[in-house]
Amino acid sequence: MKNIRNFCIIAHIDHGKSTLADRLLDSTQTVNEREKMEQLLDNMDLERERGITIKSHAIQMEYKLNGEEYTYNLIDTPGHVDFSYEVSRSIAACEGALLIVDAAQGIQAQTISNLYLAIEHDLEIIPVLNKIDLPGAMVEEVSDQIIELIGCKKEDILHASAKEGIGIAEILEAIAHRIPAPTGDPNAPLQAMVFDSVFNPYRGIEVYFRVFNGEISKGDKIKFINTGKTYEADEIGILKLTQQPKQTISTGNVGYLISGIKVAKEVKVGDTVTHVDNPGKAVQGFENVKPMVYAGIYPVETSEFEELRASMEKLQLNDASLVWEPETSAALGFGFRCGFLGMLHMEIVQERLEREFDMTVITTVPSVQFHAFKKDGEMVKVSAPSELPDLGSIDYLEEPYIRAQIITKEDFVGPVISLCMDKRGEIKNQVYLTQSRVELTFHLPLAEIVFDFFDKLKTISKGYASLDYELVGYHTSNLVKLDILLNGDKVDALSAIVHRDKAYEWGKKLCEKLKELIPRQQFEIAVQAAIGTKVIARESVKALRKNVLAKCYGGDISRKRKLLEKQKKGKKRMRQVGNVEIPQEAFMAVLKLD
Amino acid sequence: MVEAICKEIELQDDYLNGAIIESIYFGGGTPSLLEENQLKTILKTIDRHHSISSEAEITFEANPDDISPSRLRMLFQNGINRLSVGIQTFDDEVLKWMNRAHNSREAFQSLEWIKQSEFNNFSLDLIYGIPIATHKSWEKDLKTLVGFEPPHISSYCLTIEPNTVFGRWQQKGKLNEASEDYASEQFYILTEFLRKFQYEHYEVSNFAKEGFHSKHNSSYWQQKPYLGLGPSAHSYDGKNRQFNISNNGKYLNALKTNEIPAELDILTTEDRINEYLMTSLRTAKGCNLLYLKNTLNYDLLRNAKPQIEQWKNSGLCILEDDILKLTLRGRLLADKLASDLFLVN
Repeated sequence: MKNIRNFCIIAHIDHGKSTLADRLLDSTQTVNEREKMEQLLDNMDLERERGITIKSHAIQMEYKLNGEEYTYNLIDTPGHVDFSYEVSRSIAACEGALLIVDAAQGIQAQTISNLYLAIEHDLEIIPVLNKIDLPGAMVEEVSDQIIELIGCKKEDILHASAKEGIGIAEILEAIAHRIPAPTGDPNAPLQAMVFDSVFNPYRGIEVYFRVFNGEISKGDKIKFINTGKTYEADEIGILKLTQQPKQTISTGNVGYLISGIKVAKEVKVGDTVTHVDNPGKAVQGFENVKPMVYAGIYPVETSEFEELRASMEKLQLNDASLVWEPETSAALGFGFRCGFLGMLHMEIVQERLEREFDMTVITTVPSVQFHAFKKDGEMVKVSAPSELPDLGSIDYLEEPYIRAQIITKEDFVGPVISLCMDKRGEIKNQVYLTQSRVELTFHLPLAEIVFDFFDKLKTISKGYASLDYELVGYHTSNLVKLDILLNGDKVDALSAIVHRDKAYEWGKKLCEKLKELIPRQQFEIAVQAAIGTKVIARESVKALRKNVLAKCYGGDISRKRKLLEKQKKGKKRMRQVGNVEIPQEAFMAVLKLD
Repeated sequence: MVEAICKEIELQDDYLNGAIIESIYFGGGTPSLLEENQLKTILKTIDRHHSISSEAEITFEANPDDISPSRLRMLFQNGINRLSVGIQTFDDEVLKWMNRAHNSREAFQSLEWIKQSEFNNFSLDLIYGIPIATHKSWEKDLKTLVGFEPPHISSYCLTIEPNTVFGRWQQKGKLNEASEDYASEQFYILTEFLRKFQYEHYEVSNFAKEGFHSKHNSSYWQQKPYLGLGPSAHSYDGKNRQFNISNNGKYLNALKTNEIPAELDILTTEDRINEYLMTSLRTAKGCNLLYLKNTLNYDLLRNAKPQIEQWKNSGLCILEDDILKLTLRGRLLADKLASDLFLVN
């Protein structure tokens, strides 16, 4: 145990985490040339394309220093705010962390929040200034930022260029010297924390865990404390590039477990594995991950509902944070109400449905979960406008608020503040991290940031702003349900719950957008936004007057038929409300209102 | 080329299954270039391989600047009994803008010669929806046109296709296609004007005095078989369509080796239903639901009754005695409406 080192890497997207991980594996000969792929740890296509580690992984390396043999467990962490709980569990499994900061860019909000998490868990931080070879590297300035943040000495900061292989040996050495060995009692009852799980279509769920106390052996009868489920440890082992089965995983070490679990839902990140006989206590900090954003997902072809259900079920096998239940919409037919960790998670689900299951879906207006307090005292959770109780019965409504931490350059403080004000935010704190870098703290309604907040933040700050947030509770809010009517018929899938002050603007923009997207038909179409019976915005799609090609003789017929067939196919993908045909993009229009 | 076309006639002699030929149409290229002996050869070859009805409508397409009294005489003597003349407009400014080879003087002259000739069946083409023209100039064109008492008129709205001079102009912003409102107003001016002069509006773009419908074009809309000859020509045997390669050189080379350089477009029953809907709804005869049911085994009403009812209620169509017809307003939307009824998988 004294030669085990468990650590993670804290870094902002693009600051070089994957490249560095790659280098460490290289230098310890964990990976040979043949096995080498670029950015080893990101092995989902989607992850590599987005440059984000969506699912965290772990890998073990052997390292020799002064005749001592060390076991290094690198626990990878996802780098997006949607997955912050998973990050916290990965951090909880470590004794140390490499803090990677891009020497040309400095510290970003995401890095800071993860760093705080690591400090909270008493992790030993090894600061690494990466990309020092870049011409834009600001070694002094960024070093000062790091010193100010973690209170280290200047000489503690390692200099590296993962891309060029500079400083890798020093990092490996520092891990052995500076990160403490795990502590724990090998003779105590088993206490192993789950920090991740992965779905394997042939073997079921693979559980990744860190043993805090006791040890786990193949064939043990085990129990997951929070779910209460019991299994037999069919196979345990350590994680190299491939899995290596072992008889026993001891205190302080990291390993995987396969025990015939079929569904990801049964394995909760943060849960504790112990023995059925002589059980240990649960590791602190377990949380049930709760969705932040809800949206309807519908098949483009109504006939594909069952296929969609099957795909969602398969998807859920390895995405435990995705929750859903069937939902019906007058406009869209049968579909699912889904809960996501955030907008990125929603996009990923949508993309995975398309790539892995060839399912094209319509996603409806994303919504947060509101609380409706009825006059009789009952509280109803509302994650879709259709779930809102009858207005007469509602006493008041509450919406979720977040604390948002934004780090930006001094020059952009003004625009960032006005953006947050525009989003109904309240500034709580403003701290100068260095002379030119400012950390701003806001309270903001979650609903205001689920759409395009992050994109806007990036735009107004020319990319020099990073965001991290956490839920801080519910507050009363003057919310209304805004409906969209097409020729007088309500389109349920386009309704939204919005703040009263924003309703007019929302309605107006949405009507304008719909006017663009709804194809002209042989009659005029009134597009209206209404609160209750009161119409607050209106546009109209002019009637189609002429749609006929002049000539239709022998040589024109084939070409023209094919053209009209294409039109009809497009129409078939549309949804009908009353007599109005609505293209699928219209249902997503809300996401692109500006 | 004539040699190749005759070779094609020979090779394709069973394409129409020995059916009697009701119409022949020389057009779609520059038939004006055809000399008398070439015309004779082609007609003779057709006659040798098919039986041509004594009532057959034999049309020759011409531009005003190709017409002369001697040319007319020659055509008539060789059996041509109908002319189709691309007048387009009598407005010199517009003719120039459209890059036409003729001017209005030639247009008037050619029409006078036709009137003096033995041809009593001829069709004139007019174009509308021209951005630089006005309703007034359009009415003037129509007035001039009917003055020549053509038994048949085809009138097309200018459409701008990509990869044409106009298409490029439009891309560069030098030209704006006429607005839908403007074009549809011109359509109503056209139909109203010709109605007053007792022309039957028997297809979206075609008008005729009684007994002067184009037999040839009508057969396209009734799914009758036809054989197209020459580069780019399309043929239909009642089941499938095929079309010749458009490149002249390749066409000629293929026929030298006794091959017909055609691509086959296999039509499914759905395709034929769709084509019938698409073409028949353009015509005054309308779409015959019994034909659909008996020949193509498709019950339109069972599949699209609510849709048709809705159109009926908004004045776009009439359904009478198993015939579905579009109203004038409906015809302006014929493509959209046909497409709505299409069967696609």
